[in-house]
Amino acid sequence: MSTLASHSKKSGLMDWLTTVDHKKIGILYLVAGGLFFIIGGIEAMFMRIQLFKPENDFVSADMFNQLLTMHGTTMIFFAAMPLIFAFMNAVVPLQIGARDVAFPFVNALGFWLFFFGGVMLNASWLLGGAPDAGWTGYAPLSTTSLGSGVDFYVLGLQISGAGTLIGGINFLVTIINMRAPGMSFMRMPLFTWTSFVTSGLILFAFPPLTIGLFMLMFERVFDANFFNPDNGGNILIWEHIFWIFGHPEVYILILPSFGAISEVVSTFSKKRLFGYSAMVFATVLIGFLGFMVWVHHMFTAGLGPIANSIFAVATMAIAVPTGVKIFNWLFTMWGGKIVFSTAMLWAVGFIPTFVMGGVTGVMLAIPSADYQFHDSYFVVAHFHYVIVGGVVLGLFAGLYYWYPRMFNRVLNETLGKIHFWTFFIGFHLTFFPQHFLGLMGMPRRVFTYLSGQDLDDLNLISTVGALLMAVGTIVLFINVIISTSKKYAPSEDPWNGRTLEWAIPFPTPEYNFAQTPLVRGLDPFWLEKMAGNKKMTPAEPVGDIHMPNGSILPLFMSIGLFVAAFGAIYKSILVGVIGLAITFLCMFLRSVIDDHGYHIHKKEVEEDMKEGRS
Amino acid sequence: METNQRLTDDHFPENPEKATLDGKNKFLGFWLFLGGETVLFATLFAVYIGLRDNHMDGPSAKELFQLPTVFLATMLLLTSSLTSVYAVLALKQNKVKSMIGWFLVTLLLGLGFLGLEVYEFIEYVHEGHTFTKSAFSSSFYTLVGFHGGHVLFGCLWLVTLLLRNWNRGITLTNAPKYYLFALYWHFVDVVWVFIFTVVYLMGKVG
Repeated sequence: MSTLASHSKKSGLMDWLTTVDHKKIGILYLVAGGLFFIIGGIEAMFMRIQLFKPENDFVSADMFNQLLTMHGTTMIFFAAMPLIFAFMNAVVPLQIGARDVAFPFVNALGFWLFFFGGVMLNASWLLGGAPDAGWTGYAPLSTTSLGSGVDFYVLGLQISGAGTLIGGINFLVTIINMRAPGMSFMRMPLFTWTSFVTSGLILFAFPPLTIGLFMLMFERVFDANFFNPDNGGNILIWEHIFWIFGHPEVYILILPSFGAISEVVSTFSKKRLFGYSAMVFATVLIGFLGFMVWVHHMFTAGLGPIANSIFAVATMAIAVPTGVKIFNWLFTMWGGKIVFSTAMLWAVGFIPTFVMGGVTGVMLAIPSADYQFHDSYFVVAHFHYVIVGGVVLGLFAGLYYWYPRMFNRVLNETLGKIHFWTFFIGFHLTFFPQHFLGLMGMPRRVFTYLSGQDLDDLNLISTVGALLMAVGTIVLFINVIISTSKKYAPSEDPWNGRTLEWAIPFPTPEYNFAQTPLVRGLDPFWLEKMAGNKKMTPAEPVGDIHMPNGSILPLFMSIGLFVAAFGAIYKSILVGVIGLAITFLCMFLRSVIDDHGYHIHKKEVEEDMKEGRS
Repeated sequence: METNQRLTDDHFPENPEKATLDGKNKFLGFWLFLGGETVLFATLFAVYIGLRDNHMDGPSAKELFQLPTVFLATMLLLTSSLTSVYAVLALKQNKVKSMIGWFLVTLLLGLGFLGLEVYEFIEYVHEGHTFTKSAFSSSFYTLVGFHGGHVLFGCLWLVTLLLRNWNRGITLTNAPKYYLFALYWHFVDVVWVFIFTVVYLMGKVG
């Protein structure tokens, strides 16, 4: 080995800007996703304040349209997606016993593309108004929307979508090619399995979005006619393409949450997951069926009874594998030695909440009933029950569970429980009444309502609930700040973990595993502990460890596209060309500069092992 | 062994493109990427098929398309796919010069295809088939243009690859890169076969 080890450590900011380490990228995703989660949350609070009483004038109708569009877009694409990628980055390589992902450089690029996409979208607030056509951007509303708000939506999503796509490919390859010896597919932890299926969904669901956004951009910037009936276009094409992406997207979001819940429930019940293979099968089946149900978003578009019936049946079929999962979690807890840690509370709170979202989902899957529910607050209640009650509760469970691994600190349990109860009660207070508001005829996406229609009280309750959720989130941030104290350093194996990410010391060494572990079954770390071993049995002798070099290029590639997007919005060819030139130059540099990484010498690794650092 | 060392015939692996973990990862990752690209083009085809009859007062597909030019372009691109196969065969036998030669022929054929496409588009615009004319014209230029963009990107990629590795022989680092380019080129070729069928042939007779 002639590549020399001595690698200069970069300092502070430069380290974060150039990192290709999956653990650091996970933290970047978490912080950036958290930031956008706050922004999206503030937008939601503004809407709830506007709606707390009839005929309120806190915001204008126009501003309300921007708020609802930005809330939806931000929460789906720039809060939920990155938070999922945060945990996938932080956990998946560790769970399969790998030293990094398959393409560390691409991983960094994926993060920066997402980040600049989010900045792009939010820049619209300062540059003449945010998009106002809803997060679904239906044509012709989006094609004829005045100002450049929708352009920011299109290009922000386009840039971040590219990042998500390459992230998905990266995790597919990582999980297929980089598993430790003995880690067969049917021994993979469920979070890895769900991340795997989610990555597959990303691979096949994001390209239609890319094309849809291109068409929308061509329509707005170059006067194309895809969605313009006057020139032979068809607005239904947008709806189809958007939902062919959009429905798998909701499974992209929920599956990793299912995975996190599975890990948490199993760990804190001290039992192996009940029906592991059924869980895997259910995950794959949900992923598969997720592509065949998009028309249930378009029941009222007039596709006819046959199309509607087929998609209705397909939609209801998804309830079966989902039900399998629910029962498996319950059976995992059954007879277990349950510890109600904060993570477990979130997981236990998740189960009935998600079931309620699932039940309203089956109600909405009935086309004739959907004609009644469509575009009402009933739909709003339903998708918040599955996305907040499902995805977000699962992410919080994952946050409390994996926080020690990511940040080398344990979150405070008391504050955690306060966070749980305020957020959980606040959530139900906010969204449960919205079912009834919808059934009573309150339409979604409308900035106000008249008094005397029995809508006042339930709206007030809903707003109070939203405030409670905000309080819960503030408690979480206090918790995060407090946990920086050394007092909160984690003990060895804080949760009595079962999977490989708990088999290494704190903080995680930069090469993860000094020696690649040998996996002897499902829950490999638990098996070793039951066999009386403190550590994993290694599958290889100690040796030099190959590491990738950091690079600033991903950042600049993303900045290039960010600049080019402004060129497209303000129709400046010069700016567009400069932006693309930056990106292509970076790609060219990446291609011509050989970067073989460096090695951490065997001696250094041995020293780390002696001192208990790895 | 160093991965950027010129490989000799004595130590030449059977599949140099998959001889390292990095190569294996790239190989798999690229196949997956092509899976995503397939969905991307499928979406474009679906849109085109949905809108191709709505030419409004512009020329219809039947009036517009000139099969001889398109046939020539098709032959150029199909042949370039064949020459890239020869290049990969040379790669696997460690025949550097022959590989570079076949890749250069591939590049020339690709550029010839692009030239014909540009000529074709200019002709169409003269006949009133502009991008903004109708849903048919918008979807036509988007589908065929996306493919053309892929060919252009492929040409630039190949030029970079050849220049960078001109004097470096075949190594474990560049073998996967050559191989992936060839995969990409075949994919672009296959997409064209569908465009030729769905857009041009079905436009003429369908």
